[in-house]
Amino acid sequence: MGRKTPLFELHRSLGACLVEFGGWSLPLHYGSQIEEHHAVRRSAGLFDVSHMGIVDVRGSAARALLEMLLANDVGKLRSAGQALYSCMLNESGGVLDDLIAYFLGPEQGFRVVVNGAKRDADIAWMRRHAGRDVEIVERTDLALLAVQGPLARERVAALLAPGGPGGRGEPGGGAAAGDAELALRLDPFQARSIGRWFVARTGYTGEDGFEVMMPAAEAEEAWRRLNALGVVSCGLGARDTLRLEAGLNLSGADMDERTHPYESGLGWTVVLEPRTRGFVGRAALEAVAAEGSPRKLVGLMLTERGVLRARQRVVAPGAGEGTVTSGTFSPTLERSIALARLPAAAGTRVEVQIRGRMLEARVVKPPFVRRGRSLIS
Amino acid sequence: MSAIADDLKYTKTHEWVRVRPDGLVEVGITDHAQHALGDLVFVEPLELGHRVAAGESYGVVESVKAASDLYSPVAGELAAVNSALGSAPELINQDPYGAGWIARIRPDDAASVSSLLSAADYAKLLAAEGQ
Repeated sequence: MGRKTPLFELHRSLGACLVEFGGWSLPLHYGSQIEEHHAVRRSAGLFDVSHMGIVDVRGSAARALLEMLLANDVGKLRSAGQALYSCMLNESGGVLDDLIAYFLGPEQGFRVVVNGAKRDADIAWMRRHAGRDVEIVERTDLALLAVQGPLARERVAALLAPGGPGGRGEPGGGAAAGDAELALRLDPFQARSIGRWFVARTGYTGEDGFEVMMPAAEAEEAWRRLNALGVVSCGLGARDTLRLEAGLNLSGADMDERTHPYESGLGWTVVLEPRTRGFVGRAALEAVAAEGSPRKLVGLMLTERGVLRARQRVVAPGAGEGTVTSGTFSPTLERSIALARLPAAAGTRVEVQIRGRMLEARVVKPPFVRRGRSLIS
Repeated sequence: MSAIADDLKYTKTHEWVRVRPDGLVEVGITDHAQHALGDLVFVEPLELGHRVAAGESYGVVESVKAASDLYSPVAGELAAVNSALGSAPELINQDPYGAGWIARIRPDDAASVSSLLSAADYAKLLAAEGQ
């Protein structure tokens, strides 16, 4: 039995099928993964992602530490509430993890959210590089709920409104009058504190929505009230099909410490200017950037019936071979999609070996689906 | 709690068996199996006429989660497959013992079915696995 989030008992009472994921016991689904997937594309769904690590980085050298540890440049974060997606690399340019860093303000420093399966290793790595002027605090006192879908923000706003859902109880997080409107006015990749909660317009589904950090003791009440507002409980299964349709990488599957961002579809997150910013992995990445990466991460769409899965062999005619890094059945497109690492010279058609047979797949540019619509012609 | 049909025979690999009046053996996966696999998205039985031994794979089902072999409860020849599953594999989730049947096998030995698990035996197996 893995580690439990503050909502473990609630998931059990809701009939969740629980699985082990990265050392955590988490809901895979609450009945039908496909229905949960469609709820997020069409209305709103709710995920317990409290297994992710919430790490506050404080002190006078907090910014300098993140400038040194992250391949994207936290120098872009100037006003409180701005968020940045970045890889954290080892010296050879391999991806230890991907994360979101929020700038909380000059006094409060930064909040970093890392993957659940990597949180202990990530925090150890951060502490190893931190000097005396940085304090690294793991916020195990917080739960993290992701509310995603076209109706997600409205539903969270209803929870934050005075009176709460149905006009009963105090507003979520102890929000004040007008706070719900402030939440609705957040731009994508912006966050703010509202009462005791920290509300961010971020997610991992390709839909609009919020990720909400709150005291662990308030999470169950928030979950039940969101359910009462029609927000559907969703498990890891739907989270995986949604993120894959959205073309979003999964750390440890689509990239890891042996692969660099340029061969992981994440070159856009690497900032090499200014050249004076030395960050861990920089020298290795400069060499790859100069020569060009011999491999690339692409989207695949299976033309025939079947299901693409991680580790299947891919043959790119005239270019060599590659591997599926994650694959699934796409409930929105009703066919199989995948991310795969291929030789840079691979063309638009490849073959994937599934149970001994070679099946044809198209090479496409992710995302496959965004805001409920197919992006594949 | 998974549903178990009283009038069927079962295997330890969560297959069910129904002996039809025409002598063919209809097979599918149990309610417990479909629940464990999750939403089914693809069914790929072997070609008609293919011969299988008891316990041998007669095809594959894929759920959103993973691919799983289908194991034939009896030795024989694949005589029919449920073509409705081609466009509606979710029938296995919705009605595992009825519309979600997967294949019909012409058994080498019709009596071999009697050695399979009864509904009561299968219920005991599930109870033991649940612990």
